[in-house]
Amino acid sequence: MNPKLVARDVCLEYRQPRTGDRLLALDRISLSINEGEFVSIVGPSGCGKTTFLSVVDGLLPATSGEIIVDGLSVNKPGPDRAVVFQDASLLPWRTVLKNVCYGLECIGVRASEAQERAMRFVQMVGLDGFENSYPYELSGGMQQRVNLARALVMDPKILLMDEPFAALDAQTREYMQEELLRIWEQANKTVLFITHQIDEAIFLSDRVIVFSARPGRVREHVTVDIERPRSLKLKRDPRFHALEDRIWSLIHDDALAQARS
Amino acid sequence: MPGNALQRYTPQLVGAAALLGFVGFWEAAAAYKLADPMFISSPSRIATVAAEMWEDPDFWRDVKVSSTEFIWGYLAAIAVGIPLGLVIGWYKRAQYALGPFIDVLNAVPRVTFMPIMVLWFGIGIWSKFAVVFLGAVIPIILSTYSGVRTNEARYLRVAKSFGASQMKTFTSIILPGTAPYIFTGLKYASGRALLGVVVGELYAATAGVGHMIAQAGNAFETDRVFFGVLLFTFTGLVVTSILARMEKRFDRWRPEGAVR
Repeated sequence: MNPKLVARDVCLEYRQPRTGDRLLALDRISLSINEGEFVSIVGPSGCGKTTFLSVVDGLLPATSGEIIVDGLSVNKPGPDRAVVFQDASLLPWRTVLKNVCYGLECIGVRASEAQERAMRFVQMVGLDGFENSYPYELSGGMQQRVNLARALVMDPKILLMDEPFAALDAQTREYMQEELLRIWEQANKTVLFITHQIDEAIFLSDRVIVFSARPGRVREHVTVDIERPRSLKLKRDPRFHALEDRIWSLIHDDALAQARS
Repeated sequence: MPGNALQRYTPQLVGAAALLGFVGFWEAAAAYKLADPMFISSPSRIATVAAEMWEDPDFWRDVKVSSTEFIWGYLAAIAVGIPLGLVIGWYKRAQYALGPFIDVLNAVPRVTFMPIMVLWFGIGIWSKFAVVFLGAVIPIILSTYSGVRTNEARYLRVAKSFGASQMKTFTSIILPGTAPYIFTGLKYASGRALLGVVVGELYAATAGVGHMIAQAGNAFETDRVFFGVLLFTFTGLVVTSILARMEKRFDRWRPEGAVR
C-alpha cells in the first residue's frame, strides 16, 4: 500500500527569544501513515507532538527533513490537509454554518455552494438545528464538532487533529471519541491524531506512535490489533489494558529519565 | 403583570424620579430665592428661553454652524482614523513611522492648537473643523490600532491553515475582530469632537452654539447659557445612543451582557 503521509527526518530547532539558545524540539522524526489509517501520537507533555502537527500542516517550517503527502513534498498549508484545533478556535463572529464554510471561502468556493456543502457536514456531526447559532451559545463538545466539520468539509486527504478533546470533561470526551469513530468510518479519512491520553489514543487508533520527551523522537510504534467497530466497552477489555500498560511504561520510563537528568 | 413590570423598570423609574426631584429642587431654589436666579437660572426660565429661541432664525443659524463643524469634523476623523489605525496595526513599519506623531498628538490636549488653527484657517468654520478633527481622530486611530494588535493569534492561525489570502485574512479575521474596538473609539471620539466644537467656538467664532453661550455668558444671560449647555448635552446623548445601536447590530455574536 502506498503511504499517504510520510515524514522523513524532520528536525525542528527553535532559537529561544530571550537567551538566544538553540533548542531542539523535534529530532529526526520519521514516520509513515497509510491511506485510511488512524494514527495517534502520544508522549509526555512538551515532547513536541503539537509542534510536529504544525510542521505537517505547514504552519511551521521544518529546520530539516521533509513532509511528503501522496509522494509530493509540502511546506505550506494546503487543502490536502485540514486541522482540527485544540481550542476549537471558532470565529466568534460567525455562525456555526459560516464557520464551517470558512475554509471553502478561502479557496474561492461560491457562497451558496459552500453553504450547501457545509450544511451536509453540520448534519454529519449532529448539529442540525444549530447552524445559525453563534459559538458562544454552544457547549465545549458542540464547538469541537463544529471544529471537526470545518476541517471535514474541505474533503482533505489527511485530517490533523490536535488534542481536540483535551479541554472537555471526561464524559463528554468519551462520547466524542465514539462520535469521532462513527464520523471517521463515514468520511473514510486518513487521520493523524495528537493526544496525551493513552486510552484515547488506543481506543481511536490503528497504530499509536509514542514520542519521547524533549527533544521529540519517535520512541516506538504500537499497533492496535483490535477489531472495529469499537465501542466504549472496549476500554474494559484485557487487550486494551495490556496496550495501555505497555505505552504507559514507555512514557513513564522516559518521564523518569527526564526528571532525573 | 404589573408587579413584574414595576420590577423590570426599577432602574429607569428610580433614575427618572431622581432627575425629576433635582429639577423640582432647582425650580424651588430659584422660586424661593435660595440662590439668585440670575446665577442659577431655573428650569422654567430655560424652557421660556428655549421657546423664544425656537422662533429665532439666528439661533437656527448657530445650530447649523455648530452641527456642520461637528458632523464634518467627526466624519473626516472617522474616514481618516479607521484606515490609518488599521494600517499601523497591520504594518509594523507604518507603526514605527507614525507612532511617535500619534503619541505626541495624544499627549497634548488638542484644543491647545486652537490659536494656531485660528491663525491658519481664520475664525470661521474651518478652524473649528480642524480642532474637531484633531480631537476625534486620535482616539479613533488608537482604538482601531489596538483592536488590530489584540487580534487573537489563534484566529490568524486558522486563516493561515486554511490558506486564506492576505485580503481574506483582513476581511474575515482582522476587521470583525477590530469592530468592537472601533466602536469604543468612535464613542470616545464623539465626546472629543463635541469638546472641539465648544472650545473652538468659545475661543473665537462669529457663530455657533458655543459662540451663543459665550455671548450669553458675557451678558449674564444664564438662561441662555444653560439652554446652550443642555443642547450640547442632548447632542452628546443622541450621538452615543446612535452609536450604541449600530454597535449592537455588529455585536450580535457577543454573549448578552458581556461588557468589554
